[in-house]
Amino acid sequence: MSPRRGATEEFTSYYGRPILKKPTWSAVDIAGYIFAGGLAGATSMLAAGAQYSARPSLERRSKLMALTAISASAVALVHDLGRPERFLNMLRVAKPTSPMSMGSWILSLYGPLAGASAASNVLGILPRAGRACGVGAAVAGAAVATYTGVLLADTAVPTWHDAHEALPFVFAGSAAASAGGVAAALAPVAEAAPARRMAVGGAVLETVMSLKMERSGKLSAETLHQGRAGTLLRLSKAFTVGGAVGLALGGRHSRLVSTMCGLAVAAGSALLRFGVFEAGVASTLDPKYVVVPQRERADEAARQREAAGA
Amino acid sequence: MSVTQLGMPSIGVPRKGFFTDTSLCIGCKACEVACKEWNSVPADTSLELTGESFDNTSALGADSWRHVAFIEKQVPAADPSAHDGVKWLMSSDVCKHCTHAACLDVCPTGALFRTEHGTVVVQQDICNGCGYCVSACPYGVIDQRQGDGRVFKCTMCYDRLGAGEEPACAKACPTKSIQYGELDELRERADARVTELHERGEEGARLYGHNPDDGVGGDGAFFLLLDEPETYGLPPDPVVTTRDLPVMWKRAAGAAAGLLLGAVAVFWGARN
Repeated sequence: MSPRRGATEEFTSYYGRPILKKPTWSAVDIAGYIFAGGLAGATSMLAAGAQYSARPSLERRSKLMALTAISASAVALVHDLGRPERFLNMLRVAKPTSPMSMGSWILSLYGPLAGASAASNVLGILPRAGRACGVGAAVAGAAVATYTGVLLADTAVPTWHDAHEALPFVFAGSAAASAGGVAAALAPVAEAAPARRMAVGGAVLETVMSLKMERSGKLSAETLHQGRAGTLLRLSKAFTVGGAVGLALGGRHSRLVSTMCGLAVAAGSALLRFGVFEAGVASTLDPKYVVVPQRERADEAARQREAAGA
Repeated sequence: MSVTQLGMPSIGVPRKGFFTDTSLCIGCKACEVACKEWNSVPADTSLELTGESFDNTSALGADSWRHVAFIEKQVPAADPSAHDGVKWLMSSDVCKHCTHAACLDVCPTGALFRTEHGTVVVQQDICNGCGYCVSACPYGVIDQRQGDGRVFKCTMCYDRLGAGEEPACAKACPTKSIQYGELDELRERADARVTELHERGEEGARLYGHNPDDGVGGDGAFFLLLDEPETYGLPPDPVVTTRDLPVMWKRAAGAAAGLLLGAVAVFWGARN
C-alpha cells in the first residue's frame, strides 16, 4: 500500500449521486487506442534507427508493425464515436485547446508517413523518400505516443486530471516499453539489441513514473489502488518488470526468451493503459473525489480571505 | 486568463444569463416540463421512482436540461424533547454556460460554440459524438444521448433568444425563481437579494457561480443557494480543466523529446 489518506472525510452530496458524468468512452476502444497509438509511435522510432544501422529485418518488421498498430488505433477511435460516419468532422478545425483536435491532426500527419515508409520498404520503390518518411514518422510518432497523456488529463475526471504532470511521461515510458517488447519478439535476436534496450528503458520509465503517479498523495490516486484498476495496475507491473528483467538477462541469448519477455513487457504496457482508464472512470462515480478536495480548497481560500480582511 | 482558454469574445453585445434564486423555488418542475416541451427533448419513459423525495429526474443529462433537486435536510430541534425539524430545499439546476467553458475548449469539431448572447450551444449537425465534452465538464451537465450518439444540453433556448423571447423555463417559472436577463444586471439583483435574505435572518443564503474570478471565470447561469453547493449536487470549487493545459502540453513536449533522445540512445553503440 502506498502512503495516502486515512479514513474518508465526512462530506455531503446529493443522495450520494455522482457530480461528474461517467466517460462515454469504451475501455476497449480508448485504452486500446492509447496502447496501439503508443506502440505505433515508438515502433516508428525503432524503424527509423534500423534503416540507418543496417538492420533490414528489424526495419521491415517495425514498419509493418507501426502501420498495423496505427490502423487498429484509428479503427478504435472511429468506432468509439457516437456518430462514426462523421469522423472527418475532427478535421473541421484545429484547436490547441482541444487535445483531441491536436491528436487528430497528429494522426493524420503520422498515419500517411508510417504508411508510406512501410509501403516503400515492402515494395522496394523510392527508397530515399521512404527513409525520409520513416524519419518523419519517428518524429510524429513521438507526439502520437505522448499526446494521449494530455488527452486524458485535460478533463474533469479527478484521477486523470490530478495526474496531468505525470501522465505524458507514464505513457511515453509505456509506449517505448511496448514497442521495444513487440520488436524484440518479432525481430531476430541478432538485430534486436536496440529493441531490447528500448523495452527495458521504457519499462523503467513506465514503472518509476506510474509509482510516482500512484503515490502523489492526492485523494483521487486511491482509485489507482482499488478495484479493477488496482488489479490491472498490479498485473501491469508484474508483467512489465518481469518481462524487462528477463529481456535484460536472457534476451540476447535466446529467441524464445526474447519473444516471451518482449510480449510480457507489451502486455504490461497494455494493462497499464486499461488500469489508468478504469481508475479514471471510478473517480467519476464517487462524488467524494470531486467534493472533498474542492471543499478543502474553498475553505482554505475562505480562511485566507478572512485573514487578509482581519 | 490563460491563452488556451476560449473565453468571452468582446462583441459589444450584453451577455445574457440565468439567475436561479432557489429561495423562491417551490419545486413545481414547470421549468423541466416547459424545457422538454419547447426543445422537443425526449421523455424518460421508464417511470421508475427513485424514492429520493420528489425527485425522479435525479440529474442533468442529455434528456434533462433543467433538473429540480429536492433536499430534505434534518434540522436538530433546539429543545431536546421536541422532534427534529426538516428543512426542505429545492433548486432548479441547469447548464452553467461558463465563461471559461471546458466543453467548448475541448470540442474537437467546433460543434460547441459561443453564441452572440455569451451562451454555449452544441451545433447538432456538427457533433460527432466523441464524448470529450462529457468528461471535461466540471459540473457533469452535458451527456451523450442513448440511441443518438450525439451530446445534448441546455441551449438557453437559443432560438427564443434570437426572437427576443426569454427561455422557456424562465417563462414558465411561476415564482420568478428562474430569472433571465443581462448578466451584469442579474448579478446586481442577486447581490441585493442576498443582503435582503441576510437581513431577514436567512444566514445560509449565498451566491454560487456569480464570481468572475472563480475557477471557471464565473457562470452565465448562477444561483442563490441556502446551503453548501455540494448539498445540491454542485461542485464546491470547480476549475476549468484547460487552465492547466499549457503545463500539460509542456510536459508532453518534454516526454516526446525524451522519447526521441532515448530512441537515439538505444541505437548508440548497439553492436548487434
